[in-house]
Amino acid sequence: MALEKKIRELKEKREKMLLGGGEEAIVKQKAMGKNTARERIMAILDPGTFNEYDMFVEHDARDFGMDKKNLPSDGVVIGTGTVHGNPVAIFAQDFTVAGGSLGLMHSRKITKIMDHALQMRIPLIGINDSGGARIQEGVNSLAGYGEIFFRNTISSGVIPQISVILGPCAGGAVYSPALTDFVFVVDNISKMFITGPEVIKTVLGEEISMEALGGARVHCETTGNAHFFASSEEECFSQIKRLISFIPRNNEIKAAASEPQPPEAGYDIEKIVPGDPTLPYDVREVIRAIADSSDFFEIQEMYARNMVIGFGRMGGRTVGFVANQPLEMAGVLDVDSSDKAARFIRYCDAFNIPLITLVDLPGYLPGVDQEHAGVIRHGAKVLYAYSEATVPKLTVILRKAYGGGYIAMSSRHLRADFVFAWPTAEIAVMGPEGAANIIFRKEITSAANPDDMRRQKVDEYREKFANPYVAASRGYVDAVIEPSETRRLLLHGLEVSDNKVIQMPWKKHGIPPF
Amino acid sequence: MEKRETAKLIIDHSSYTTRISSRFAARKPYTPPVPGRIQSFIPGTVVEILVKEGDTVKHGDDIVILEAMKMKNRLKSHVDGRVASVNVKPGDRVTKGEVLVEIV
Repeated sequence: MALEKKIRELKEKREKMLLGGGEEAIVKQKAMGKNTARERIMAILDPGTFNEYDMFVEHDARDFGMDKKNLPSDGVVIGTGTVHGNPVAIFAQDFTVAGGSLGLMHSRKITKIMDHALQMRIPLIGINDSGGARIQEGVNSLAGYGEIFFRNTISSGVIPQISVILGPCAGGAVYSPALTDFVFVVDNISKMFITGPEVIKTVLGEEISMEALGGARVHCETTGNAHFFASSEEECFSQIKRLISFIPRNNEIKAAASEPQPPEAGYDIEKIVPGDPTLPYDVREVIRAIADSSDFFEIQEMYARNMVIGFGRMGGRTVGFVANQPLEMAGVLDVDSSDKAARFIRYCDAFNIPLITLVDLPGYLPGVDQEHAGVIRHGAKVLYAYSEATVPKLTVILRKAYGGGYIAMSSRHLRADFVFAWPTAEIAVMGPEGAANIIFRKEITSAANPDDMRRQKVDEYREKFANPYVAASRGYVDAVIEPSETRRLLLHGLEVSDNKVIQMPWKKHGIPPF
Repeated sequence: MEKRETAKLIIDHSSYTTRISSRFAARKPYTPPVPGRIQSFIPGTVVEILVKEGDTVKHGDDIVILEAMKMKNRLKSHVDGRVASVNVKPGDRVTKGEVLVEIV
């Protein structure tokens, strides 16, 4: 009898908390195309697996009338559950409660679930929907952010950390997502910036909308801050679940294997790449032609499109694909594509995901803007990331591999385990046109007909050096292979390197060029 | 796949058929800085102009006080010369890179 009453009391208390900021605030939230915090969590987790903690936490702020303010669950929902059966820790800021503002107890809830995630070595998913610091709580609010950033950093490379931006995420708050592995955004809902349009207008006189300043599209296309773009929250949730299916729970294990599948019929790998090295094609077709089920999960699809990165499976095992994209900017390395590739390579290395690199690039992008934007420093990231990576590294040179670009793209010299080249590969210090112009400058300029001589010398150079055999004669290429042999050789390479052991010199950490 | 036109991109004398990124298409041609130009290095408000047209100035002289982010910045001359033109007046709001004063 007494117990029944107490259970009824508990149920009533819970009901109240589950309403968050109340019905009116929920209606407002819905009108923006947004789900509530708990709805979002349930949509990501397997049905019935969400367990919420700290539901009854309250703030104890006293200033500015806060002592009279009741903020259910202090504006954030935390808990654990599973995604495709994999345990995860999750938090979601509740915009209906004081705009999801971050106060001390709000942050304590987040850091509690972050600590759980790290100690239990399970992925952390954070859903951001917050107006920012709870100004009434002053420096306590800043302390809260700092505690979160610290944990993001300590957990980095140990457990997967996923940020989902489903509302505003402004000011210092943006640095939590920025420190995590993958950032998901939704068109018209996500907004991320350090200083908002109002401040920019007052201080600098520049007028810009929130969407144009830090909307989903901007962060996917221009800044590279976000990795996955969705048109709706529902699409975003399915992207998150798909990502989790590819990655391991933590850095001490490999991603779960699935049943090996052949690529779909209909991909003729010999017909994808044009023989003329100056003609474009979509390198993702090559990836689909070799990946299990022709399934490729692309990351940062809209950013630095001249470099393609993403996950797929080979023989049931997750692999990370890194590929130059001749369809966009001829597949050059530049500031943005270097940064994009390097970060992904380090992600794969941290989480025991083998790397498959497909090479077809003319080199680095020339230009004052690139040089002044630090292409030396950014380009060095690719060398660094490939060199330090100890996961299996398999490279296929499809066509051009010129100059510094050849070295950077997982070459033998950076300790790739297997380097395969198609017969169409041109592994050389530069393209025949450029090389002939330098080597035969005298012959060309002093010839009776310089244009004819140039053409003759370019052909001569192409014949001699624009092939895979010079590199193969030095052992820089392990095997020259037919395109149709690619999948079989990669599968074999992955199999034999499954227990790869590499001894690296002891260090506290390296000094990568970032 | 979305439809986007391809164009030619030349690298090391080879001409590649490929799509051109909007960032590359929008890049500005490089122009070397002109040392006699006093430019706003940050958007802000002109507080004071310490010279007038025809004045002789020396390298290191204060030319303009530009307030930005609550800081009053002294913009100095990088050359010895004569003030050829003053393009702003106190109270003007300027964007980044505007030529405020020219010294020849």
